[in-house]
Amino acid sequence: MTNQDFTSMRLFEEAPLTLDGGDALSPVDVAYETYGTLSRRADNAVLICHALTGDQYVASEHPTTGKPGWWERLVGPGKLIDTNTYFVICSNVLGSCMGTTGPASLEEATGDPWGTRFPVITIRDMVRVQAALLDALGVSKLMMVIGGSMGGMQVLEWLATYPDRLHSACVIASAARHTAQNIAFHEVGRQAVMADPNWNQGQYYGADTPPAKGLAVARMTAHITYLSEDALTNKFGRNLQERDAVTFGFDADFQVESYLRHQGSTFVDRFDANSYLYITRAMDYLDIAGRFDGRLADAFIPARGVRCCVISFTSDWLYPTIENKRIVHALNAAGVPVSFAEIDTAYGHDSFLLNVPEMDDMLAGFLTTAAQTFTASEQDDD
Amino acid sequence: MTEQNTIRPDLKLIADLVTPEARVLDIGCADGELLHYLVHQKNVDGRGIEIGQDGVNQCVAKGLSVIQGDADNDLAEYPDQSFDVVILSRTLQAVRQPHTVLLELLRIGKQAIVTIPNFGQWHVRLNLLTRGRMPVTKSLNRTWYNTENIHFCTILDLHDLIQDENINLLDFVPHQKDGRRLSMGVKRANLFADQALFLLEKQGP
Repeated sequence: MTNQDFTSMRLFEEAPLTLDGGDALSPVDVAYETYGTLSRRADNAVLICHALTGDQYVASEHPTTGKPGWWERLVGPGKLIDTNTYFVICSNVLGSCMGTTGPASLEEATGDPWGTRFPVITIRDMVRVQAALLDALGVSKLMMVIGGSMGGMQVLEWLATYPDRLHSACVIASAARHTAQNIAFHEVGRQAVMADPNWNQGQYYGADTPPAKGLAVARMTAHITYLSEDALTNKFGRNLQERDAVTFGFDADFQVESYLRHQGSTFVDRFDANSYLYITRAMDYLDIAGRFDGRLADAFIPARGVRCCVISFTSDWLYPTIENKRIVHALNAAGVPVSFAEIDTAYGHDSFLLNVPEMDDMLAGFLTTAAQTFTASEQDDD
Repeated sequence: MTEQNTIRPDLKLIADLVTPEARVLDIGCADGELLHYLVHQKNVDGRGIEIGQDGVNQCVAKGLSVIQGDADNDLAEYPDQSFDVVILSRTLQAVRQPHTVLLELLRIGKQAIVTIPNFGQWHVRLNLLTRGRMPVTKSLNRTWYNTENIHFCTILDLHDLIQDENINLLDFVPHQKDGRRLSMGVKRANLFADQALFLLEKQGP
């Protein structure tokens, strides 16, 4: 994971990144991919924020798995987010493990991997790093920032932190805070990692045996929350895995068991266990309203000039419609122009990654009109 | 973006009452025809609420800010007096709590424009009298079991409620479905008008 060639940039070399937790981090490497060309006026930039276990390969092949980009359905030449028109940027978040500084990176002072000495980070810290990357890329204002799930949380922190750098913002299947249930599921995942003897208090980087079992269990649990009961029933039901009858043992008799085991075992090949701890922690700490005496709307008052779009899915029980509507109500109360739809799908939280034509329609309309108004407003400035 | 200069005549009656630059909420904004007109012809700061996914997507494609929701459930979240005008066009008869909704309109808006299909119109009365069945007319064109209109009212019914709640009636525009205005008072309009528009304002303290 750490010995690959990533496109990356070294930032915060002179002035360190001050984290919400109080620590200072310097330097910070940011791995990123771009697609398309930045226009001469730098008015066609779209920042895509990835989810918990996502990465910068939004529209190109993943170097470890060889799979297509995670949103290649929507991003690319001639696609909904058309890279012939837009300059698309996607960077690996702070704390992750695909080239951006995280617990698997080497600490400059010691030359050793950070492990759990890496400072705890927040979603806003991730966004600060993205803002610095945009500075380095020559993008002062984004035509749009867009993301689903934890990507949507970053979009919300963009709205709360850098509203002047946004023309439009799109939040899909997300939340402005983690609920007790969200934290509970993440805690199960972290405990699974830490219960694996190979975790060794986070110091496993030299060893040949990372805490793969623990991380796989964490992924299996989390994966259930990304689906829905209907999706699991429709896909697997009680179907047996390559056998005619149950075996009265603990093999993967059921297809759903086999599926989850596969999800777990393939995940550990591409993800670092400590990164999983840090990023889930960052999500748990998210409570934007908490910084504003519980009034989420106050966070968005400076974002009145940003066009917003929020989308939720009926079958998403991880970040259900009610959490997305909290965002919408806060944006409305703050006077931010916002559109919202709850889209009827059976696929659960992962709907935002799947083929949902109603979502595509809404995104296409929002993107097109946002781009038209951005060009117009930029020309007005001249 | 297509600049739109003409709209459905009954929507034009509403648009004529909206002052330029106003903050406007259109509840039940459908495909956004009225809102789009107001944004482009009157430069209003327009927001919409629409229950249908198709309608929401059509609005978003027009560049409008529209929230999927309905008058019964989604008005409580808006702060007091957050709009200059709140529009409820041919929707009051389709909500579960028309009385509450009417008061909510005037809580979140300085003014409200409410239009209703008139169940007291003579066609409707005659239809019920002679056929003995729930009327199906041009303005009320669904059968009783599949109509979305669950709280039918007449012009006089709404007028009574407005008076009972001490709401100021600033303007009353009875009209036919094609948008043709009728100049008559409430009582005659109750017999002859397909629909009516009420421009409302909360009574001062």
